[in-house]
Amino acid sequence: MRTDDLVTMLATGAGAVAPNQALRRHVAALAWGVLGAALLMAALLGPRHDLLQALLLPMFWIKLAFAACVAAASLAAALRLSRPGQRLAWVPGVLGAPVLALWLLAALVLARADAAQRAILFFGDTWDVCPFLIALLSVPGFVAAMRAMQGLAPTRLRMAGAAAGLLAGAVATLVYSLHCPEMAAPFIGFWYPLGMLIPTAAGALLGPRLLRW
Amino acid sequence: MQETSRLNAGEVRLRSLFLRGLAGDEPAYHAFLRDLSAHLRAFLRKRLVQLPDEVEDLVQEALLAVHNQRHTYDAGQPLTAWVQAIAKYKLIDLLRRRAQRELLNDPLDDEFDFAAAAHTEAADARRDLTKLLARLPERQRLPIVHMKLEGLSVTEAAKLTGMSESAVKVGVHRGLKALAAMLRDEA
Repeated sequence: MRTDDLVTMLATGAGAVAPNQALRRHVAALAWGVLGAALLMAALLGPRHDLLQALLLPMFWIKLAFAACVAAASLAAALRLSRPGQRLAWVPGVLGAPVLALWLLAALVLARADAAQRAILFFGDTWDVCPFLIALLSVPGFVAAMRAMQGLAPTRLRMAGAAAGLLAGAVATLVYSLHCPEMAAPFIGFWYPLGMLIPTAAGALLGPRLLRW
Repeated sequence: MQETSRLNAGEVRLRSLFLRGLAGDEPAYHAFLRDLSAHLRAFLRKRLVQLPDEVEDLVQEALLAVHNQRHTYDAGQPLTAWVQAIAKYKLIDLLRRRAQRELLNDPLDDEFDFAAAAHTEAADARRDLTKLLARLPERQRLPIVHMKLEGLSVTEAAKLTGMSESAVKVGVHRGLKALAAMLRDEA
């Protein structure tokens, strides 16, 4: 087939294309991720018993805000990475800001605590399950985000996979924080990001294989 | 200075054709793809000086990619950046595939090819898309043949094939993606 014939073939009956598809697909994937994580959390873990009292504590909202900020920034990253020719620009900064803010808070808390208290603030009661539970809750969001990415056109496949994984991890963390009883900034600042990094690493690993087009 | 304004004029013209095409203006989209194929040919020929035989295949592969991924264009970004990122992605993919293959094969015969580099016309593609098309499953091939080659409407193609209208549309969409995958995996 000559190239002119291919051009004619592609143009024939091409029809209109709905705008903003990258945003729409990623937001839909995010919604599936929230739903999936919430169902998994309700079925396997349940919300924390004192959820209603926790609503009054600032640290509870700081946890939620942290996860939400990371989710928003990784959504921006995923969007940009799924369109050819777009740069990440300010996104890494926005992604780093909530992490830095939380670390600052954690450092402050640790500095003001007694030496004996510090290990408890860092390890809490659940450090050994927290990252794995976050990774578990991220599975539905991971599948949805990778599928959304597959329907778009990432050109940096490893980065795109990582951004999809991070988005799934952040969404899972948002839901997980409704279950998690830990309230110390040093705990949140280390084990939560570690949990998010598990699907991120999985995405970076699988991206080059799954996202080719 | 003159060079930049010429480039900008090209960008403005191509972009307006493309945006009209995305809104459903078929003649504009046809003109866009025709202009684009010349741009792509120039872009890729410059970068494939050593592999002139690959240029037209890659032009076709990039055109198909632009068409299949046209929903990822963000109206706020320069069209040139979007198109070039797609062309580069396909170019790098090709070079990577060749590098892998040449670890196994004798690369010598490429060096006898330099005489073919000079012309500016579209050369013939070496892979025939028509043959690849014939290998698609019926539910993808028939919608493409009726809608994209014979120019029938969705309704007519649906009636002719006994498929539903949405199945016809899905068939065209998936078929073109499958075609792109064949081009990619068999280069």
